[in-house]
Amino acid sequence: MGNKLKITIAVTGLNNTDNPGPGIPVIRGIRDSELFDVRIIGLAYENLEPGIYMSDLVDITYMLPYPSIGMEAYMARILQINEQDSIDIIIPNLDSELHTFIKAEKLLKRHNIQTYLPTLQQLDERNKGNLVLYGEKYNIQVPKSITITSHNDMQRIEDEFTYPVLVKGKFYDAYVANNPEQVNTAFNKVSAKWGLPIIIQQFIQGTEVNVVALGDGTGNTMAAVPMRKQYITDKGKAWSGVTLNDPNLMEMTHRLIKESRWKGGMELEIIRTEKNEYYLIEINPRIPAWVYLSVGAGQNIPEALVLLALGKEVKPMTEYEVGKMFIRYSYDLIGDLSDFEKISMQGKL
Amino acid sequence: MKIKDNISISKSGFVFDAKTGESFSLNPTGREILQLLNLGKDENEIKEYILTKYDISESIFTRHLDDFIQMLRHFNLTETE
Repeated sequence: MGNKLKITIAVTGLNNTDNPGPGIPVIRGIRDSELFDVRIIGLAYENLEPGIYMSDLVDITYMLPYPSIGMEAYMARILQINEQDSIDIIIPNLDSELHTFIKAEKLLKRHNIQTYLPTLQQLDERNKGNLVLYGEKYNIQVPKSITITSHNDMQRIEDEFTYPVLVKGKFYDAYVANNPEQVNTAFNKVSAKWGLPIIIQQFIQGTEVNVVALGDGTGNTMAAVPMRKQYITDKGKAWSGVTLNDPNLMEMTHRLIKESRWKGGMELEIIRTEKNEYYLIEINPRIPAWVYLSVGAGQNIPEALVLLALGKEVKPMTEYEVGKMFIRYSYDLIGDLSDFEKISMQGKL
Repeated sequence: MKIKDNISISKSGFVFDAKTGESFSLNPTGREILQLLNLGKDENEIKEYILTKYDISESIFTRHLDDFIQMLRHFNLTETE
């Protein structure tokens, strides 16, 4: 442990379920690093998030209120945890947290807690609802999309699109709808869960490919690994994937990071059509749950993000192994009721 | 006809397209033909090789080779001419 950097990192997104948060894969990347002597603090919202019970990966977990409680109360809880258990870096891994953490960056810094996140402007401009403008600004092909806020806007879909269309939530969830009835059903489902607005997007036929990348905030791509999902769950999540060698994807990633000066982790979701056209369908402003594939392929993105957050120099990673695969699996952890009791009653395990 | 650069063919007949992530399985004859194409052999050279090596009539092999090449094109494994 001699020369290793002693560090405490708090990580959210411990929901390692069939709709997995990126927390556990991020922690695995950090733990794989030879550079750190790390203590991991898990931050959880639900008392059955599997990561809470993974004691080989997470040293201690604290419960958090949802960010919707408001920034003041949310940050009060973070700082309360920091008083008990001093945090050096926080890595928020869920889209719904990012706005709060970006706004709290200075406050956190005053308490010696580092983050490595995009700016509010970068976060907002890549919002699903702003995708068309984003495509125009960075000269990238994107599917046509509009945002709607009520059933009264349904006529616009009839006027402006041909079916099928995608009905998407502002943070998560997407359904393919083949007619107005299906749009209605999807609208109700998504808005009940994620609120308004709802994004209606042109459905592009093709193969979905993804890139996990890390930008340094000055235009440099510090890491980028492209992947194709090989097996997709009914929630649309990758259960298996393979790294690719596609220069077009890399060029798009480097250009976007350079021109937007993206800071932090990101995931590009792209559809490649049969005619070899590339449509950017979404940018997730954080590390995705499949990031451990990039670690396996030779780019430890969580490690690089931690170093950047600490202000250390990091050399851009350009090599990775093509044809590296990940296969997800489910696994039954055995725990004691007393642990569940502790996290439920004391908010800490 | 040329097989794309991003296609790798293993000894077992497993074919991987590194650009698209698609993979395919070939039987031993299919693997042999793909490897010959990869070496830059044209269809006549492949025919000559296979007809010398295996006991098969030219007409039957020509039909199978045409089908196979169509399939390679369909799966975008060849350079567009």
